Amino acid sequence: MADMALAERLDKALLVDLLRQMLLIRRFEEKAAEMYARGHIGGFLHLYIGEEAVAVGAVSAMQPQDYIVSHYRDHGYALARGSPPGRVMAELFGKATGLSRGKGGSMHLFDVPRGMWGGYAIVAGHVPLAVGLALASKRKGENRVAVCFLGDGAINQGVFFEAMNMASLWKLPVLFFIENNGYGMGTAVERAFAGKDIYRIGQGHNVPGQQVDGMQVLEVREATATALEQVRSGGGPRILEALTFRFRGHSMADPELYRSKDEAARWMERDPIVTYRRYLGEQDMLSQEETDALEREVGATVDEAVRFAQESPDPEPEALYQNVYLD
Amino acid sequence: MNMTYREAISQALRQAITRDERIFLMGEDIGRYGGSYAVTKGLLADFGEERIMDTPISEAGVVGVAIGAAMGGLRPVVELMTINFALLAMDQIVNHAAKLLCMSGGQITIPLVVRTVGGAGRQLAATHSQSFEGWFAHVPGIKVATPASPYDAKGLLRAALDDPNPVIFIEHSLLYGLAGDVPEEEYSVPLGKADVKRTGTDVTIVAYSRMVQVALEAAALLEKEGVNAEVMDLRSLRPWDKETVLASVKKTTRAVIAEEGWRTGGFGAEVASTIASEGFDYLDAPVQRVAGVEAPMPYNKALEQAAIPKASDIIAAVRAVL
Repeated sequence: MADMALAERLDKALLVDLLRQMLLIRRFEEKAAEMYARGHIGGFLHLYIGEEAVAVGAVSAMQPQDYIVSHYRDHGYALARGSPPGRVMAELFGKATGLSRGKGGSMHLFDVPRGMWGGYAIVAGHVPLAVGLALASKRKGENRVAVCFLGDGAINQGVFFEAMNMASLWKLPVLFFIENNGYGMGTAVERAFAGKDIYRIGQGHNVPGQQVDGMQVLEVREATATALEQVRSGGGPRILEALTFRFRGHSMADPELYRSKDEAARWMERDPIVTYRRYLGEQDMLSQEETDALEREVGATVDEAVRFAQESPDPEPEALYQNVYLD
Repeated sequence: MNMTYREAISQALRQAITRDERIFLMGEDIGRYGGSYAVTKGLLADFGEERIMDTPISEAGVVGVAIGAAMGGLRPVVELMTINFALLAMDQIVNHAAKLLCMSGGQITIPLVVRTVGGAGRQLAATHSQSFEGWFAHVPGIKVATPASPYDAKGLLRAALDDPNPVIFIEHSLLYGLAGDVPEEEYSVPLGKADVKRTGTDVTIVAYSRMVQVALEAAALLEKEGVNAEVMDLRSLRPWDKETVLASVKKTTRAVIAEEGWRTGGFGAEVASTIASEGFDYLDAPVQRVAGVEAPMPYNKALEQAAIPKASDIIAAVRAVL
């Protein structure tokens, strides 16, 4: 259970807001799955259900000027960063009002004004981009940390090591946030990674790492804050590994033949939303009425997001030729 | 003043770094070593390690970091030691540099120049002698410059550095010693504008990069036979100047296209197909192509020379269309 000392340092409004954000992501994703099944969403849809505490905890510890550079399971980061749910849903629908104007889809959410510098769908390909943003930040003296979210599958790509090496060599302000949900698509970590602890993977490159329970939002927030402070102070990059689990398949097309129902059930007992809500109740931070009100509020937000997406126009035919080059 | 292709590029870089504090260079051995082809020699001493960054041997990572730095407001110029090593960075160039402006709905811009060196002729064997400019030219979202002269090298580099899009700037290793007249001050040669290197009336020879020199050599020999060839340097492959090519073919009614790389899928095929579909009525003979032999480049000097197009190959193609 969450450490009481962590909660005591935060005010009630923030504690409840963390729950609201996790609930928003959960309900948004459930609705997205429904919209996918009904044919409103095309391509791949990777749901964040089960991992909400990671995005919400991590993003809540970031400063507004910091960069998020994410993998393709990216809805949670955009929503946690405050992107309007309607514009996120509109992007999944491929609409002109979508975050990326309907050109990116689920895997490529960009909301640069809010610090969401993209979801990227070539595994680990985005890691050097985050390092480059950190290089620009350092060169310009901007005090912006680049937080690069990557999955456990990404750590076996060569470019991850190349980028981590340069970040360490040049002491750049990057946090490599490894979201370990146990599986790179359908391949379990232990079948893909010869090491034992992912968070130690930077040792040979002088990149210290830590592990955190990714099912506990306050733990994630605290660990991220500490890591960001260290990175921001100029000590060079760090690794933070969050242990988590996606409750749904890799994408909507996944029959989940590679993992047992028992394993999933064990993780679901530690559902980050259920446990955190129970905890807030036990601490007299949240009554049943307040919980119900929160559910209603989030439900209405998601319904409104769907309505906005449905009513939004498709991009004009000319959009096909827009933003190929900048004049 | 008279300077080499190498000196022209070096001067363009020096002037750019002096003029624009966002511009910096990254690459393998560009600093202390002075650059594999000595283009960046002396820059580290004058501009320091922040502006002239030696990198590890990590092509994908370096190009990716440069893309990120460009996203963050800097103007990186990456040197990839040879175009053969660009294959390691292909994912970053094709999947990120070329795509992020579009895929972000216009939110991300990548003002990036990737300088690299292509071509054969130095007995470096199959993995170090390739011409991949057509691969890059295939991809919307990036631009491709292929300078063939010292003047164009300096002017095209300035245009690339002023361009808000990613530009792949492909030098040729056998052109570094080529000398020519180059203004001391900065100037720009626009991307997408071909240059008629030699006017003629009987046949249009379209070339780019080192094949421009070979085409000019062929044209000089053809002149002795009474054949008056027009030689066209495309200068950039994306965008490429089909209007100037078609106007020339309209005048000469015959076309030969020369490129150093492999024939199948080569950029010359794009030029030939455009002439065939948009300039068919001008033609008095089928378009001919001159290209590299379709084999991995051999180390042996005689075999290598046999694999690279020569003036005599261009002359034979011209005879075939006359």
